[in-house]
Amino acid sequence: MNFLSHLINGISLGSIYAIIALGYTMVYGIAKMLNFAHGDIIMVGGFAIFNAVNMLGLAPLPAIVAGVLTCTALGVTIEFVAYRPLRGASSLAVLITAIGVSYLLQNIALLAFGSNARQFSSVVNVPTLKLAGGRLAISGVTIVTIITSIIIMIILTTFVNKTRTGQAMLAVSEDNGAATLMGINVNKTITITFAIGSALAAVAGALLCSTYPSLTPYTGSMPGIKAFVAAVFGGIGSIPGAMIGGILLGVIENLSKAYISSQLSDAIVFSVLIVVLVVRPTGILGKKIQEKV
Amino acid sequence: MKKNKLLIQNSITYAIVIVFWLLMQGMAMTGHMTSLLKGLLVPLCTYTILAISLNLTVGILGELSLGHAGFMCVGAFAGALVTNSMADVIPGLGIRFFLALLVGAAVAGLFGMLIGIPVLRLKGDYLAIVTLAFGEIIKNLINAVYVGRDSSGFHFSIKDTSSLGLDETGVVLIKGPQGITGTPEAATFTIGIILVLITLFIVLNLIHSRSGRAIMSIRDNRIAAESIGIHITKYKLMAFSISAALAGVAGVLYAHNLSTLAATSKNFGYNMSILILVFVVLGGLGNIRGSMIAAVILTLLPELLRGLNNYRMLIYAIVLIVMMIFNSSPKVIELREVFMDSIKKNKNSKPKEAA
Repeated sequence: MNFLSHLINGISLGSIYAIIALGYTMVYGIAKMLNFAHGDIIMVGGFAIFNAVNMLGLAPLPAIVAGVLTCTALGVTIEFVAYRPLRGASSLAVLITAIGVSYLLQNIALLAFGSNARQFSSVVNVPTLKLAGGRLAISGVTIVTIITSIIIMIILTTFVNKTRTGQAMLAVSEDNGAATLMGINVNKTITITFAIGSALAAVAGALLCSTYPSLTPYTGSMPGIKAFVAAVFGGIGSIPGAMIGGILLGVIENLSKAYISSQLSDAIVFSVLIVVLVVRPTGILGKKIQEKV
Repeated sequence: MKKNKLLIQNSITYAIVIVFWLLMQGMAMTGHMTSLLKGLLVPLCTYTILAISLNLTVGILGELSLGHAGFMCVGAFAGALVTNSMADVIPGLGIRFFLALLVGAAVAGLFGMLIGIPVLRLKGDYLAIVTLAFGEIIKNLINAVYVGRDSSGFHFSIKDTSSLGLDETGVVLIKGPQGITGTPEAATFTIGIILVLITLFIVLNLIHSRSGRAIMSIRDNRIAAESIGIHITKYKLMAFSISAALAGVAGVLYAHNLSTLAATSKNFGYNMSILILVFVVLGGLGNIRGSMIAAVILTLLPELLRGLNNYRMLIYAIVLIVMMIFNSSPKVIELREVFMDSIKKNKNSKPKEAA
């Protein structure tokens, strides 16, 4: 029973990673850039929801909507101000800029909200589910997290495969230049991708802070990095890959925390990344790309 | 002619370091040295070495490493361990410190090679994220490890001090999250400057050697370099492990400036790696002298302007973004060229009018 509860908590944590990883993987697939600031958008989402609940007195659901809107606006702004001028520049330049944006968000939050942790009151009001005669308790947040991530994954897959905008995204990720020739507005497509990714980050922020209720300006950076690990693990650019990678990573992290050492769990997670990248650099579901001269 | 120019350029770089040293010594002798500045001198040398060595990876090799603080951490702990555990064997602190520097560099270089062999097969963003992961692994491992020594030799544990099983002569050397305590503060500004000069000597000579040109050719076009018979992995590994070893030296210097050494996210975490990267980017990728100057200015400025301290990281972040857009954005580069052309035209047209 103990193992089962660790496993379920792992899946729940992994679902959060998966939602974040979806944002990473879409942006990477379409804009070919590693958006390092993605983790910090989660943090901004967390603060937006926190302030919407505590200062504006909104109910949880409108607060989440406010958070999603804030993050979407933020993501689109960041893309427009910092990343768009660098389209066509070397990937090193883009990556360093993204690190700069990540730092900027952290430090603005630090100046605005201070470094003291805020107690985030859960935005999920679902009672704990007791199974097997009360021996296995699954908290409401866990259930909501897992279900939310599944719904998001289904909606996103349908969106990408069935709508015109989604098809445009696929086309841009396949071949940027050819997509432009076919009349696809690449800039608009990338903006939409950032909007979706950032909205997902806000949802992830709500779930993350409901699971781990302490909110600081650095809340997003570690989950952000781990979600990137998850995206790479599953094969970057692939939506189901991000999901699988996220859940596997969450399970590995939680089980190693429970059975090996809580201090070494991060080290284990990162070792998994290194092993995966060395053995199979394109991840579990990634496509192999042949390099042409 | 070209060789002479190179010699002059390099001499200027060394001269800057020596003049800085003389200036600081002069200030100390005439009593103009504030205690704040005095405390900053050794960290300045540490940061300078880190910036120069990271520039070797990022600027010269062209691969982004976000785990530089990890190598520094390895070097720091290896060095401090040597100084502390050799206290009975070698009484002279100077010799122990020298030995610590060698060991720190060797261990960090070895880690650089170990992590480099599998990882340098990856490119760009993947390499960046793996080096970041590596830095975090190192920090986590050091926080979890306990090392002690007694009459029967060294003991290791990843649980706590009591599970080391030391007898009555036992001394705990690394205490997990508390790190290493009681390292003698052997680092002085002069030693720091000497190490900076050695680092410069190694890096500048490497860059202008056959190997250095091979490394830069990999940066500029990997496939072309490979096609003319340059052994990619060998040269990549070479640059990467030298860079790691130098970061290890900086770590040893860092460790011997503080009596307590613990691996926190502030000193050896991802933030530190980014900080060093800011130095390198601001100084100019591939420009050794630039990263040196940027490290000094960016360390001194916020400390001297205390009021700015809260905004320090914010300013760093903005500097990073603006620099990148200014230097790399295709549109901005075009604009700059148009602007420069118009200036040139003005200059050319004016004398004509006079004539």
